[in-house]
Amino acid sequence: MNQGHPVIAVTHVRRAFGTKEVLKDISLQVEQAETFGILGPSGSGKTTLVKLLTGIDEVTSGQVEVLGAQMPKLSMLQQIGYMAQSDALYTELSAKENLEFFASLYGLRGGNRTRRIADVMEVVNLQEHLRKRVDQYSGGMKRRLSLAIALLHEPPLLILDEPTVGIDPVLRKSIWKELRTLNGNGTTIVLTTHVMDEAEKCDRLAMIRDGQLLAVDTPADLLRNTGAASMEEAFLYYGGARR
Amino acid sequence: MRVRAITLRILQQFIHDKRTMALMFIAPLLVLSLMSLVFNGDAYEPKIGVSGGAVPFTRALEAQNATVIAYKSADLGTAALQESELDALITLNGTTPEVMLEGSNPTANRAVMLALTAATRNLQSAGGEGQVQPQISYLYGAEDMKTIDRFGPIMIGVFVFFFVFLIAGVSFLRERTTGTLERLLSTPLKRWEIVLGYVCGFGIFTVFQALLISWFSIQVLGIMMAGSFGYVLLLTLLLSMSALTLGTLLSAYAANELQMIQFIPLIIVPQIFLSGLFPMDTLPLWLQRVGLATPIYYGSEALMNIMIRGKGWSAIALDVYALIGFSLLFMLLNVLALRKHRKM
Ligand SMILES: Nc1ncnc2c1ncn2[C@@H]1O[C@H](COP(=O)(O)OP(=O)(O)O)[C@@H](O)[C@H]1O
Ligand SMILES: [Mg+2]
Repeated sequence: MNQGHPVIAVTHVRRAFGTKEVLKDISLQVEQAETFGILGPSGSGKTTLVKLLTGIDEVTSGQVEVLGAQMPKLSMLQQIGYMAQSDALYTELSAKENLEFFASLYGLRGGNRTRRIADVMEVVNLQEHLRKRVDQYSGGMKRRLSLAIALLHEPPLLILDEPTVGIDPVLRKSIWKELRTLNGNGTTIVLTTHVMDEAEKCDRLAMIRDGQLLAVDTPADLLRNTGAASMEEAFLYYGGARR
Repeated sequence: MRVRAITLRILQQFIHDKRTMALMFIAPLLVLSLMSLVFNGDAYEPKIGVSGGAVPFTRALEAQNATVIAYKSADLGTAALQESELDALITLNGTTPEVMLEGSNPTANRAVMLALTAATRNLQSAGGEGQVQPQISYLYGAEDMKTIDRFGPIMIGVFVFFFVFLIAGVSFLRERTTGTLERLLSTPLKRWEIVLGYVCGFGIFTVFQALLISWFSIQVLGIMMAGSFGYVLLLTLLLSMSALTLGTLLSAYAANELQMIQFIPLIIVPQIFLSGLFPMDTLPLWLQRVGLATPIYYGSEALMNIMIRGKGWSAIALDVYALIGFSLLFMLLNVLALRKHRKM
């Protein structure tokens, strides 16, 4: 990756479903090897924005560039690890079968595939449940398996839609540690969340409400600029200031 | 009070689901109209060929509402019979009429025999000739051919189509509603790869299904089987392919499993009625034409040719090509339909 170039560049993006404008003139940039959080209440347009970044969906107007390529572009999908908001798993299959299936879609084979599966299951602490059918998994376990699948092919860009919902605090902490390690290896991470205190762990944060970008900055600066004591207060400040 | 609340909620759900409502009202009308057309169709009028030309006999048959075609030689008549253009061929040698029935359709057989008996009885009472006993033989089938022998090949086709259509349709629908389709589309997988993957995955499954159904019908149910088992397999397999690809295609237009099931009276039942289960000649011409656009029609026609008439490749080639054509067309439309979920 060429130094200085943003990994993701979103310029004046609008997305409308019919007459309903879900994203309104969003512009932001994500730098390499940072964890970029998108914070907003439910229905604010986080998932819609994230789908534009992965190229599953297309902008109504504006432009999305990922790793220097204009999205949507099929070949870029190999560079992205995506974890959807809903656990898109084949529940009648075992975890191992799910992992093998998705690994094959990303072109992993043989010993490499087996190794990667073991690695990612360790990251999410599910190695003992590899052979269990997914319909016997709890909600949190399914969430972790989805994350494991997104990590499989070691993508330079991870896009995670509400990754820690339903995961207990201890495991959440260990997953954040793992995300930090990935950052250290040069992986860029974009994640969405509606949990305010979790947002503070991100390097930089975008606040979004009703499809409008309220602010983009580091959590510390967001707090300092608003004089708020908590992220929640800062969010309310920006939300109120726009009215 | 709770009952009222539930009643109200169900009514509201119906009002929100216009499709289900339309289906509740329109589909029964559709099926009923088809049934009335099929069952109230004019009585079957047999087509009988006569060679050796005896005018009074021809007249007597025509008086029984049979269509009579005269042939110069018995060979010409036999050829027409083999092409199933005729239901029976009557050759007059001296005083004893030789009757050869086409034999594959019990309804037609009965109609021919009825016309023949009435015609000879009228001739005898008019002319007072001695007792004439026609000699009866069968080209295909046999006198003891049961209705199930006629329906068997069609039902094989129908069942294969029905189940593959539904299962493939529902599993593709599940892929969409559980979000796994979106997950698939976030990988570098191409749209046609998904469609082909489905065709192959289900293809393997349907090979076994075709084997089982064909074997069961022939060996266990003892349905008449005059031709090659290999062709029966080929035809059931091709029919499954068209059902699979049509099922996945239409699942794009269903929001849930129930809506998938709603396709049965719209897509499956009309095909059954137009498949040749009932004589097509009694249907209006436009409806016969509609039959030509349905996969089950080709599947069951070919299966009848193989199983009852024992015919080979040349008789079924056209049906085979038609089924392959349907499958390819539906696959292409599937790839295009996936554009709704990912443009690239
Ligand atoms: N396919 C769609 N058609 C119409 N409206 C949609 C569609 N997808 C999302 N929306 C609307 O866009 C808004 C934002 O949704 P979403 O991006 O899922 O929010 P979030 O992920 O922040 O909870 C919601 O009001 C939702 O109803
Ligand atoms: Mg969301």
